[in-house]
Amino acid sequence: MTMDTLISIEDLKRTFPSPDGGEDVAVFEDLWFKVDKGEFVCLIGHSGCGKTTLLNILAGLDAPTSGGVIVDHEEVIGTSLDRAVVFQGHALMPWMSVMANIAFAVKSRYPDWSKENIEKHCQKYIDLVHLGGAENKKPAQLSGGMKQRVGIARAMAIEPKIMLLDEPFSALDALTRGSLQDELLSICYGTSQTVFMITHDIDEAMLLADKIVLMTNGPRAKVCEIVENTMPRNRTRNDMHRHPHYYPIRNHLIEFLVNRSAQFEAELSSKDYDPRHPPVTRPGLTKPSAAVEAALTDTGADTGTPETAVQASA
Amino acid sequence: MPLSLRLRAAILSVVLLFAFLATWELSINDGSEVAGMSPEYAALMGATAKGASAMPGPLKVGKEIWGHISNPFYDAGPNDKGIGIQLGYSIARVFVGFFLAMLTAVPLGFLIGMSPLFYRALDPFIQLMKPVSPLAWMPLALYTIQDSTISSIFVIFICSVWPMLINTAFGVAGVRSEWLNVAKTLEVGQLRTALRVILPAAAPTIMTGMRISISIAWLVIVAAEMLVGGTGIGYFLWNEWNNLSITNIIAAIFFIGIIGMILDLGLSQMSKLVTYQE
Repeated sequence: MTMDTLISIEDLKRTFPSPDGGEDVAVFEDLWFKVDKGEFVCLIGHSGCGKTTLLNILAGLDAPTSGGVIVDHEEVIGTSLDRAVVFQGHALMPWMSVMANIAFAVKSRYPDWSKENIEKHCQKYIDLVHLGGAENKKPAQLSGGMKQRVGIARAMAIEPKIMLLDEPFSALDALTRGSLQDELLSICYGTSQTVFMITHDIDEAMLLADKIVLMTNGPRAKVCEIVENTMPRNRTRNDMHRHPHYYPIRNHLIEFLVNRSAQFEAELSSKDYDPRHPPVTRPGLTKPSAAVEAALTDTGADTGTPETAVQASA
Repeated sequence: MPLSLRLRAAILSVVLLFAFLATWELSINDGSEVAGMSPEYAALMGATAKGASAMPGPLKVGKEIWGHISNPFYDAGPNDKGIGIQLGYSIARVFVGFFLAMLTAVPLGFLIGMSPLFYRALDPFIQLMKPVSPLAWMPLALYTIQDSTISSIFVIFICSVWPMLINTAFGVAGVRSEWLNVAKTLEVGQLRTALRVILPAAAPTIMTGMRISISIAWLVIVAAEMLVGGTGIGYFLWNEWNNLSITNIIAAIFFIGIIGMILDLGLSQMSKLVTYQE
């Protein structure tokens, strides 16, 4: 383990009772990966691969069936103010103003602070997410994007070691999502905040993440591989697609989501896979493998049917 | 320009009121019917010595009500107190019983709402007790407490406790799990979670229970005071029946309605304070 590892997920498994009363079903198992300090990591996978379950375990809201999560050399047991969560549905208290929602979190983190101190601290984060002027508004008076900004400000205001985001922008329209992604990126890089985010949006992952963890389909989902984003950190939504690494990475991710995520069991048998060390790839630097290339040219990036893909990768 | 719905409704209300009052005035017996009766029989039938019916017209009732309003707080002995004093006794009993019920029902409702164990354990008792008429408790209360005022307060307590208990439990159990998760991830203590998250989240539902409770309490106090006597608007009503003063009975009905409306209005204003928009 390197000195810089902040989160280490080790042999994580979570089972749920089977709906038809049979044996328990593991939603994911054999999960191993790490998040370093200051890193922005995105996890991509289809619905049902246990993304939200994994995030809940990281947050301490759920417990793994076996294995564990180490955060800063300590095993995760229960929730902690070191890990702030931005929930998918913003989860603001509707009876509290924007200021009160954030102050509720700050007061939990710093119970001894005076009222003025708390307000000053909250104001800093309200300004950071560009919500100045909306301090006394209730969540019902805010747009969806503004609500999620409050959610982000609330998470950042407790100055956590890591921020956990559960598809925070999935309920927003494309324009709002884009501007919030840009803001989140600049905030996180400005503060060297460590972030672990769940998404199913490839462009979002490519814009935000340093590392993209690819999770196969459930049940018994695993980490298929970890893709390093080799585009420079100052990338923006507007010019990212001009970078030479953009399309190789994007094609690689689409190929994963469309074909490989479902056929991972078959892929496993054909190669040397160690779940403890999921392969790290840099599709931006290497030419896509012949198999991927063939699959893409044969079927088109988005319309590949599983049948042709099996043939292509076999 | 068409009048606003509100104004049209108000005009219709006034029209209906006058139509009702006019029908009432025209339909009361002016005494002609008893002209041929023997005076004893007429008196037995509720006709006055002059031969007119005891049923008063709206003007007479209006005068009576005005008389009560202009001197509400006189006290001329146990059977002759101002309407204000009688209403005051009833309102005081309702408030005491209601607040005792609130002090019991809200914490207990929290417990039931938060703990599936207590919910299941207490549910049969609640289901059994809820449908019992509060007045059925009166003899038991009189026997054990041996004080008519406290007994009627107890009856008020019993009838207001169920709606508040059930609504509090329902509201607390229905608090959105994501708000509780927020509190959990922020490591908020149990008491602070209860006061800052669960209570405000459940407050609208709890207030609805309180509104139902106070309405039922006001219904029940009249009946309870009729039974135990002594003071209060229910006793006043029954006393006027014994006096065969139909005018005063109608006046009392009017006052009971007014106070009930004010109580409900007050609680609905209070529930507006705790309502939130999602």
